[in-house]
Amino acid sequence: MSYANDTYPQVPLHAAKEGKGQEPRLLAAGPDAGWGQHLDTFGPWDPRSAETGLLEQLTEAGLTGRGGAAFETWRKATAAAGSGRKGMFTARPVVIANGAEGEPLSFKDRTLLAHAPHLVIDGLAALSAALGGASMYVYAPAAGLPRVEQAVGERPRSKRIRMVQAPETFISGESSAVVNMIANGNAVPTDQRRRLSESGLNGRPTLVVNVETLAQVALIARFGAPWFRQAGTATDPGTRLVSVSGPAPARDVVLEVPGGAQLPAVLREAGMDPAALSAVLVGGYHGRWVRPAGHALSPVGPPDRTARPGAGVIHALDLQACGIQATARIVSYLADQSARQCGPCMFGLPAMASVLNRIAGGEINHRLAAELDRLGKLVSGRGACRHPEGTTGLVSSALEVFAADFRAHLLGYCTGPGGAAA
Amino acid sequence: MTTHLHIDWTSCDGRGLCTELLPGVLDRDDWGYPLARGKSGRERTDVPLRDADREAAHEAVRLCPKLALSLWDGEKPEPGRRRPGQ
Repeated sequence: MSYANDTYPQVPLHAAKEGKGQEPRLLAAGPDAGWGQHLDTFGPWDPRSAETGLLEQLTEAGLTGRGGAAFETWRKATAAAGSGRKGMFTARPVVIANGAEGEPLSFKDRTLLAHAPHLVIDGLAALSAALGGASMYVYAPAAGLPRVEQAVGERPRSKRIRMVQAPETFISGESSAVVNMIANGNAVPTDQRRRLSESGLNGRPTLVVNVETLAQVALIARFGAPWFRQAGTATDPGTRLVSVSGPAPARDVVLEVPGGAQLPAVLREAGMDPAALSAVLVGGYHGRWVRPAGHALSPVGPPDRTARPGAGVIHALDLQACGIQATARIVSYLADQSARQCGPCMFGLPAMASVLNRIAGGEINHRLAAELDRLGKLVSGRGACRHPEGTTGLVSSALEVFAADFRAHLLGYCTGPGGAAA
Repeated sequence: MTTHLHIDWTSCDGRGLCTELLPGVLDRDDWGYPLARGKSGRERTDVPLRDADREAAHEAVRLCPKLALSLWDGEKPEPGRRRPGQ
């Protein structure tokens, strides 16, 4: 079929077999699932059944957002539902399926949209029904939209769903940027005195929900909260998709793992040997570096034993790679991706990138590490979105996990190959 | 109820008038942008004010050339749960 991601390398689907690993849920209908396979796998379902009781089911299920912030889905949906009923006029709410996947190391959302678009559409229709018939949008990069349009066309009696193309920038998926793009064609975050759930697209209560979260909503609407909680842990119920990448010969792979999964087990499932890795980036460019042992993937829990999966990015670094150089490249990218609206981000992130690149490049100056720490603290909490503190979090984790490398660099040598300080 | 000074960073240009009117509340950073003294996290964007600073804060809101400041009353800053990639 023609919907293959022309601009992206194809990512192999992973299906757990031989009784080990998580049974696939989201991708259970198999590759390229059309309407027929979707119904055969998950059974028929009427969106009108979600008009009552869905928000209660989501509360009981404990589903959290799979797009990064891990905010409780029921809380977000309930806020939007409540705002629609307030005041003299009842504004029709809006639900937006967010398929913008700005994280360069994330590919699980485009994989899901390519292979299970009907599950995402079911979830969108379910939330729309639960909010009393909210307007529906799908926001996704150009490569993902044709498959969704095709899927909508395959469905009988489908309500209108508007498609909006997301630009390929890091911040295009931030929820206020999503609303700004749909309203004004400008995918940058906006200042928010009021929450989107109160006043979003054209002043209407607006729910921006990651596409994987919607697919999870569709499964909960069908099979119920107790079924959802059969996977994962009490504090991190259900499953999540992760985009796993690492040093060759490991290939990029999308896995569906249970909540609270152990990082070494996930790495092994992706074909990597944790002992051959120096560190793992968990949660993407706004995530953190951890050692490849001893952490569980969970949005809650002590930081020494859990790593927040964020949008599900897991990227492994081999033993020979220099963590400082890797982080410097990422921070340079993040500085470049600033929308340049907010001063502390516009000036602070390039300053952080510059200091980090000086350390990576072998400058022997003991003040540089402290300066990096100072700049990170300076920019945190000061912006319309969380780009500054996301970047600071990554840098702090690098200072901690690569402490020995930082000392080596500041003494004039690098443990990695090809380092300017080598 | 605590009054909060909200800084719209997308409008702020770092002119510095607010930091002159509220020297005990706001410092300036390396580039001239307001920096809430002794605050962390989202309290640097929604800065809680003492009653004694409210009058000066009203003045700062009125005089900000970029209209980047506003006041709101509430118990705590709105949760900063939003992040790119969400």
